[in-house]
Amino acid sequence: MTLLLETEGLEFHRYGAPVFRPLGLRLETGRAIVLTGPNGVGKTTLLRLLAGILKPVSGTLVHHAAHAFVGHLPAVKGDLSCRENLEYEQRLGLPDLALAEALAEVGLAGLGSRPARALSAGQKRRLGMARLLVRRSGCWLLDEPYASLDDAGCRRVDELIARQLEQGGVILATHQRHPHIDPHRIEQIALEFGQEGGVQA
Amino acid sequence: MIWNKLKLWFHMLGSAPYFYRFARAVAPWLWAGFAVTAVYATYLALYVVPGDYQQGDSMRILYIHVPVAWQAMFGYAVMTVLAIIALVWRIRLTEIMAMSCAPIGAALTLICLATGSIWGKPMWGTWWEWDARLTSMLVLLFIYIGIMGLYAAYDDKRKGARVAAILVLAGAVNLPIIHFSVEWWNTLHQGQTIRLMGESSMDPAMIPPLIWMVIATKLFFGAALLDRSRNELLEQDRSKKWVEMECTNQELNDVESTA
Amino acid sequence: MSAQPYRALFRRDLKLAMRRLGESLLPLFFLFTVIVLIPLGVGPGPSLLARMAPGMIWVAALLSSLLALEHLFRPDLEDGTLEQWFVGETTVLGRVWARLASHWLITGLPVIVFSPLAAEMLHLPHRALGVMILSLLIGTPALSLVGGLAAALTLSTRGASVLLSILIFPLIVPLVIFATGAVSMAADGMNPYAHLGLLGAFTILAMTLAPFGIAAALRMNLE
Repeated sequence: MTLLLETEGLEFHRYGAPVFRPLGLRLETGRAIVLTGPNGVGKTTLLRLLAGILKPVSGTLVHHAAHAFVGHLPAVKGDLSCRENLEYEQRLGLPDLALAEALAEVGLAGLGSRPARALSAGQKRRLGMARLLVRRSGCWLLDEPYASLDDAGCRRVDELIARQLEQGGVILATHQRHPHIDPHRIEQIALEFGQEGGVQA
Repeated sequence: MIWNKLKLWFHMLGSAPYFYRFARAVAPWLWAGFAVTAVYATYLALYVVPGDYQQGDSMRILYIHVPVAWQAMFGYAVMTVLAIIALVWRIRLTEIMAMSCAPIGAALTLICLATGSIWGKPMWGTWWEWDARLTSMLVLLFIYIGIMGLYAAYDDKRKGARVAAILVLAGAVNLPIIHFSVEWWNTLHQGQTIRLMGESSMDPAMIPPLIWMVIATKLFFGAALLDRSRNELLEQDRSKKWVEMECTNQELNDVESTA
Repeated sequence: MSAQPYRALFRRDLKLAMRRLGESLLPLFFLFTVIVLIPLGVGPGPSLLARMAPGMIWVAALLSSLLALEHLFRPDLEDGTLEQWFVGETTVLGRVWARLASHWLITGLPVIVFSPLAAEMLHLPHRALGVMILSLLIGTPALSLVGGLAAALTLSTRGASVLLSILIFPLIVPLVIFATGAVSMAADGMNPYAHLGLLGAFTILAMTLAPFGIAAALRMNLE
C-alpha cells in the first residue's frame, strides 16, 4: 500500500473568495477516491489542483507517483489521427499498452487512422481515456469520466478503473454514476456548499 | 520597538477597511500640499525666473514638462515595486495599488507629451518631432495603456492584476533598453541631437521652481494613488459588510455634524 | 529527465503546421502583400525604396508574425492540450521552449529564406544583404519570444488580438531600432556590428527572461 498522492490544507480562491475550506486527502494504491457534489461546488477545481494545473493559495501537495489527468476537454488534436494522438501521449512518459491495444480497450478499435475531429463527442471522450492507457501512471485523476458515454462505455470505464486499482489509484469526480467496483476500495468525499462561500468536505 | 510597530502598521494596511480609512484621512493633506507647492512653483516659474536668452518665455513650460516626465517614469518604478510584491506575496492591496498607478502614470505621460509639443512648436515649427525623449515617452504611454487594457479585460480583478503585473515587469526590464535604443536611434539619424533643453546649462536661478514642482508632482501622485486605490477597493468590495458599515458610519457622522 | 517529451511536442507542432500548410504560410503571404503595397504607395523610385528597405522589411516581418501569434497558444487552450502541459513530471518551461522553437521554425525561418527576394524588390543594396539576413536570424527568435509573452498574457481575454498588438509594440521597439539600424549601416557601407551586438544582447535577454514570464502567464490564464 504505497502512498501515491497526499495533500493537506489545500485552499484555492476564485474571484477573491475561497472555493472550499482547507482540504486534505491521501491516495494509496488500490483505493479510489470519489468526489461527489452538485454542479459548481468545486470538484473540477479540486481535481485541477491535484493535477498541478492550478496553484493552491496555501497548503501542501505532494505527488509520490506519476499522475495523469483527464478533464472535461479530451485534450486531443483534431488534425491528428487517433493513433498519432496516442503516439504523442506515449512519448511523454513510460510506455504501457501498445497503441492498437489501447484503442481496442476503449472500444475504438479500427479507428486508428481517423482524424480525431471526425469522432463523436463520446468517441473523443474514449480517446481521452485511451491516453491514460498508453502511459504508465500510478495516479489517475478523472473529471466526470462517465459524461457523454453510453452504458457500454461506462462499463468499460469501470473495467479500466478496476484494472488501474491493481497497480495504482484513482481519484474521480462525478455527480451521477459511481464506479461499479468493489465498494471496499472506494472512499467518498462529498463536497457541499457551505455557509460564507466556503465548501465543506 | 519602532521597527515592530512599523511592521504591524504595514500588516494592518493590508486590511481593506483600515487602508480605506487611512487613505481617506491622508489623501486630503497630500492634495493640499500639492496645491500649495504647485502654486508656489508656478509663481516662481512665471514671475521670478528670468526668461531664457534663446527661447524667451516659451521655455517656462519646462517647469511642467520636466517634473511630469520624471514622475511618469518614477511612477512606473513605484508600480513595478508594487507589482513584484503583488506577485510574490499576493497581497490584494498591492495588486489594487499597482493597477491604480497605471492610469495616473498614463495621464502624466500625456501631459508630458502635450507640454513637449507645445514647447516644441515655437522652436521647431511643428507640433511633433521625433526627439529622443518625446519618442521614449510615447512608447511609455503605450506600455501604460497596454497595462490598463490588459487589467480591464479581466472580470476576476485579482487574476487580472496578477497577469498585468507580469506585463509591468516585462516593461520594467525593457524601459531602460527602450530609452537607450531611442537615444541611439535619434543621434544616429539626426546627427546633431535636437535637445529640448538646448546646449546651455541650467542657470542656478532656474532650479528652485523645478524642485518645488518636482515635490508637487510627487504629492500629486501620492494623493491620486491613494484616492484611486480607495475607489477601486470600494467598488470591488461594494457588497461586503465593511463597506456597508463605513457608509452608514459616515452618514451618521454627517448627520451629527449638521445637527 | 530526458528531452523526449519536449521533442515530441516540437515534432507534433511541426506535423500540425504541415497539415494546415495554407494557414501556416499565411504570414509569409502577408509579408509579401506589405512589400508589394509599399512601392505602390510611395512610388517605385529606387533610391527612396532603398532607403526604406531595412525598416520596411522588418516592419513587414513584425506585422506578419503578429498574425501567427494568435494561434500560438489559443488552439491548445480550447481543446484542452494546454492544461496538460502542467500535468506530470515534464516542466512547463521545456514545453514553452519547444513551442517557441516550432513557432520560429514555421514563421521566422520562411521570412529569413524569402528575405533576399523582398530585399531585391525593395532595391536594398547588395552589400547589405548578408547583414539583413543576419539581423533576421538573430532578431526573429526575439520576436517569437516577446510575441509569445504577449500571446500568453492575452490568452484568455476578450478582444485578444487588438490587445496583443498594443502589448507587443513597445516591447519590440529596441529590436526594430537595432535590427534596422544594422541593415541601414551596412547599406551605407558602414560598420553594422555595434547594432548587431546590441541586437544579439536583446535576443539573449529575451531568451533568459521571456520563457519564465510565458509560463507564469499561461498558468494564470488557465485558472
